[in-house]
Amino acid sequence: MQDEFLKGLLESFEYLEERPSKDWPSVKCLSTRLLEFLKQMRDERGFDMLSDLTAVDWQEETPRFTVVYHLYSTQKHNYLRVASDCSDEEPPSIPSVTSLWEGADWHEREAYDMFGIIFTGHPDLKRILMWEGYPYHPLRKDFPLAGKEVELPAADVAEATGEKVRPAPMAGGPFHAPQGGRMSASEPRGSDESWNEKLEKPTGE
Amino acid sequence: MSDANTLYNYDSKVEGDLIVSRFDAVVNWVRQHSVWPMPMGLACCAIELMAAGGSRFDISRFGMEVMRFSPRQSDCMIVAGTVTYKMAEVVRRIHDQMAAPKWVIAMGACASTGGMYRSYSVLQGVDRIVPVDVYISGCPPRPEALLDGLMKLQQKIGREKSAKKLFSA
Repeated sequence: MQDEFLKGLLESFEYLEERPSKDWPSVKCLSTRLLEFLKQMRDERGFDMLSDLTAVDWQEETPRFTVVYHLYSTQKHNYLRVASDCSDEEPPSIPSVTSLWEGADWHEREAYDMFGIIFTGHPDLKRILMWEGYPYHPLRKDFPLAGKEVELPAADVAEATGEKVRPAPMAGGPFHAPQGGRMSASEPRGSDESWNEKLEKPTGE
Repeated sequence: MSDANTLYNYDSKVEGDLIVSRFDAVVNWVRQHSVWPMPMGLACCAIELMAAGGSRFDISRFGMEVMRFSPRQSDCMIVAGTVTYKMAEVVRRIHDQMAAPKWVIAMGACASTGGMYRSYSVLQGVDRIVPVDVYISGCPPRPEALLDGLMKLQQKIGREKSAKKLFSA
């Protein structure tokens, strides 16, 4: 049944492409036709709920960023996943869907905060997790997990303490539990234990 | 006939009503047993902090149960949870608003060192922005560990040179 639905979609909208998916139907849509397509999905196919909106950083591919929309039908209880590439420029941009689902507001702010994607037409596009004025977008692939040195958000606290936002000591991390094996041996460990706070990270020379 | 007592105007009847002690000992004794904690609950440690306030663990046995959510009315900030850089400003400001004498307890791994969050967004230890008196290990610590930490703080208060601080200020 899902296959028929997807086939029907691809036939009725010539600008769609099929995307590989393991569960629900998934399509790729041109960003220029995105709003029009999503509006039809909402009004005519019953996908009345936007259950998630997120983004993907492909790092070296162009266009680099893709925004993914998870639509849900509260009547038919099925999902549709729609992906759309952002414009290939810095900053990347894509139309906002807040005019279709108001709930997209904070999701788009999060995607803007983490990936730096500009959602054109968003009513109040500002950071939601990091503070105003933070210079990076942390979920981009070229941003290190430990972070980069910047000033603290509050100037008076920075002055009183002499502190800054400093890269976290990774010491062989990121730390994660090994997959498989006995539970008793699955304490989280650094993936590279050859260095820590006291032993320098080997440079490979 | 005059003896030493009448000579120096000493009323021997007050004997038994007087206690002679050191100023520090009296002040510290009072402070030790009226610690008013300010719960700075930021993550899951706060849940254990609440449990410590419940009847099963009964924090009031040790004279520090009067949790106040206003920094003006409390003297011991319990930082319970992960402090992000965005929140660090608030923690510091609330600490500044507390009236002296004041103490800080870093409850749990995150508040003490950043814990498992080796990440761009998390302050790696609250001691970078406020002076910490007691660190409590655990992720999160059991309520018993918190009570132990508070008793350690009481012992620390008991060793303070309060008179010197009061009169030199």
